[in-house]
Amino acid sequence: MLAPITNILPQAVVERLRILPRAGHVRVRQGQNVRATDVIVTAEVNPSHIMLDVASALGVSRAKAADHIERYEGESVAGGDVVAQKKGLFSRVVRSPVDGKIVLMTDGYVFIEEKSTPFELLAGIPGEVKELVHEMGAVIETTGALIQGAWGNGRIGSGILNALSKSPGDVLLPEQVEGGPRDAVLMSGRCSDAEVFRRAAAQQIKGLILGSIQSELIPVVRKLPFPVLLTDGFGDLPMSTAAFRLMSTSHKREVAVNAEPFDPDTGSRPEVLIPLPTAPDVGPAPVIGRLEKGQRIRVTRSPRKGTLGIIDSIPPGRMMFPNGLRLQAVRIKLESGEIMLVPLANVEIVNVRS
Amino acid sequence: MPASIVDADSVLAIDVGTVTTRAFFFDAVEGSYRFVAMGSAPSTYAPPINNSTEGVRNAIDDLQAITGRSFINENEVLITPSSEITGGVDALAATTSAVAPLKILTVGLLEDVSLESAKNLASTIYSRLVDSISMNDRRKLVTKVDDILRQQPDLVIVAGGTENGASKSVIKLLDPIGLANFLMPENQRPKVMFAGNKGVSAEVQEALSSFASVSIAPNLRPSLESEQLGPAEGELRRVFRQIYSSRDPGLQELDSWTSGRLLPNATGFGRMIRFISKNDRKKAVLGVDLGSSSTVIAAAHDGHLVQRIYSRFGIGNALESLTKVTSMKAIAGWLPFDSSEADVRDYVLYKMTYPHSIPMTDEDAAMELALARELVRIAIRDAQKHFPASIPELHAGVLPVFEPIVVSGSTLANNARAGQNLLALLDALEPAGVTVFLVDTNNMLPSLGAAAEVNPLMPVQVLETGGLRSLATVISPVGEARTGSSILRVRAKLPSGEERKIDIKQGALMTIPLDPGLKAELQLQPLQRYNVGLGGPGRGGTLKVVGGLLGIVIDARGRPLRHPGNASRRKERNQRWLAALKK
Repeated sequence: MLAPITNILPQAVVERLRILPRAGHVRVRQGQNVRATDVIVTAEVNPSHIMLDVASALGVSRAKAADHIERYEGESVAGGDVVAQKKGLFSRVVRSPVDGKIVLMTDGYVFIEEKSTPFELLAGIPGEVKELVHEMGAVIETTGALIQGAWGNGRIGSGILNALSKSPGDVLLPEQVEGGPRDAVLMSGRCSDAEVFRRAAAQQIKGLILGSIQSELIPVVRKLPFPVLLTDGFGDLPMSTAAFRLMSTSHKREVAVNAEPFDPDTGSRPEVLIPLPTAPDVGPAPVIGRLEKGQRIRVTRSPRKGTLGIIDSIPPGRMMFPNGLRLQAVRIKLESGEIMLVPLANVEIVNVRS
Repeated sequence: MPASIVDADSVLAIDVGTVTTRAFFFDAVEGSYRFVAMGSAPSTYAPPINNSTEGVRNAIDDLQAITGRSFINENEVLITPSSEITGGVDALAATTSAVAPLKILTVGLLEDVSLESAKNLASTIYSRLVDSISMNDRRKLVTKVDDILRQQPDLVIVAGGTENGASKSVIKLLDPIGLANFLMPENQRPKVMFAGNKGVSAEVQEALSSFASVSIAPNLRPSLESEQLGPAEGELRRVFRQIYSSRDPGLQELDSWTSGRLLPNATGFGRMIRFISKNDRKKAVLGVDLGSSSTVIAAAHDGHLVQRIYSRFGIGNALESLTKVTSMKAIAGWLPFDSSEADVRDYVLYKMTYPHSIPMTDEDAAMELALARELVRIAIRDAQKHFPASIPELHAGVLPVFEPIVVSGSTLANNARAGQNLLALLDALEPAGVTVFLVDTNNMLPSLGAAAEVNPLMPVQVLETGGLRSLATVISPVGEARTGSSILRVRAKLPSGEERKIDIKQGALMTIPLDPGLKAELQLQPLQRYNVGLGGPGRGGTLKVVGGLLGIVIDARGRPLRHPGNASRRKERNQRWLAALKK
């Protein structure tokens, strides 16, 4: 049975496809090493157009207008350039009002695509460009520790990891973010104070990794210029012990934070990457898993939400639960040795190696 | 045994949902078709697999494990036709809701006429309206073009011109479509479906065919007065299949397995609601399907169906849409325990992260049903504007009288106790008069609707043999009176021979036990000119009712429901109502 998977791995090969949904200009070459914040591909996402009515402006028929146009489709023009003119005693001139490119000339009209600031897609992780995707982007590959999270504010950044808390449930206080280095990516357990984010922005930090925040802070966090990644979600959840342990032991290492939100349509999810050389036998981080005996899972719903366990067995058919529901289930063994039955829909595979 | 069953065709129906893929097996048992079993597995249309086939295969594997019957041979091919030796199945049907809604641009001459019809047509499939262009649109041509380029629609529905009516103005409306398509890369150009004046179809083809794939559908507005969506719906479904098959090879395969009959899940659901409405032509039927990514409301009367699909408005990862149209306070107001707005927001965000998870505690179930109430309340209020005028209303602004009300979707049909589910439905829909709540516990109505194409007899018999489970017969008197005053006298003759007389007071919510399938006779005498739908205010009568999991429920809480402003009183009231339907 397939199940979602969250990777918390000290060593993994990580490969990420970074493409735009429409054609653009790829800015990297195969084999190039990139940083998380390097631009992979740019595209004119929403260019505006200008329509010049050449026939009316020159006072000629639509059929004759083409004879007076001095430009070609595909040609770039600068603001003020002559596009068409009628010479003679009563000469008239049509100029481009903007910098841009002529994209269509038809029936006495000229359409100019206005030059705009292109959208830039960043690499998201540091690594090597393994493959180019024609006009769309590239595949980036790297090795290192991978921690996948639950939510992100959409930003990408990198810096030096500064583990500020001693336990996964520690609350991050405003005074803790001040006075440190400006290239830091801070890591702590929980946060419920908007002042933390205000001071972090003033400090120009490069990122913030937390177990959880209070959900009312989302609007504040979405406006921040640096990435904020939550490993576990919203409310008062501590950071999972596996993620906390891995990042605590990476204090002062370089870290990349891709806080892109979870999107089931594209498969993207927020993640932290700590670039490290890996042993030759280390394989790629899996993207989906199959539930099997002996696998480590996390319970995603109450009761026992967040509890880690090992699959003891997967009973066939449907099992009856105390609330009267008959569901596909897994029997799991908790760290305490207790065995419990959990709906199959309420577990996710936690791929943890230490 | 009926003659038509002698050569019975078994049916395997696949439903690829946003979260779960289900495989249903229907076969003839003892002379009539029955639902035999269902297998399920997580859907795999989304990344990282991006192909529905794996989920379909896993759901069939689960079905094979449950039934002990083989449906797929060692070469991974569907075994068909069926035989006693090899197993297999005779016919296949398929539905899907595992699709991002189609981005649709509607174009029509008049806003209130053809453009409205184009929008109504768009709402019959999983869609999101990105823009509309009409004759009165004041935007410059180039602005319209830029807007189209920015919105990137998947499909443009063009309506306009009654038969033998306007033609030049219809063609003029196409200018921005043609220009935008010209400027787009070929692989991103939207398809165009023309459903207007048949007389200009050829001109539309000529104007756009160089830049777009154009299909022609029957006119949505053959005359100013009449709207006909039905004939164009088939063409729209064909375009829907074409677009989604190109995005998911698994759906493409499923479409070819079913010989091009892959249906939107909501279409299958609507088809069954229409079918049920033909059983008793005097009564209207309401269908509510609350899914993970969409909510569907279908109302049918005498075979005439009105259906609204609210895409990206569901109880899974689409919950964000709900937070934009209601408040956390409104959601918390349905809970029978203290909960802050922050608690509700945390729950919503968590549910969006784990959309397939199932509530296992009373608190989680209550939270989930509070969300369900708001989703359904908002959807039904909008859908109500479009219901057929022929459905009777007991009072202006109150839900018209439907019997039965059919409910599908795991949250409202499965994931809580029957009493919790029924209370959520009564709160959300606020039915009026006498109705029966039927739940589709296996989420099989859409599949039955799809299977009707390959085996029309099967859905009839599956429903007759218990395909739907009755929650209760509900009596909801409508009128005005002080809380606590008598509004209805009920005399119930129960199958045990017992006779009960009950004086119903305004504000009451109570049950009369009557097991599923058992019948009772009710004499209803409304007081204070209350209306129970038996001929007008104050009119009573005798009716035979059938029991359900909660028997007979009398909901005299008033229409519309009034809510105390005080959170503590509201919580106590919710607890009281829940206790009244404790089962």
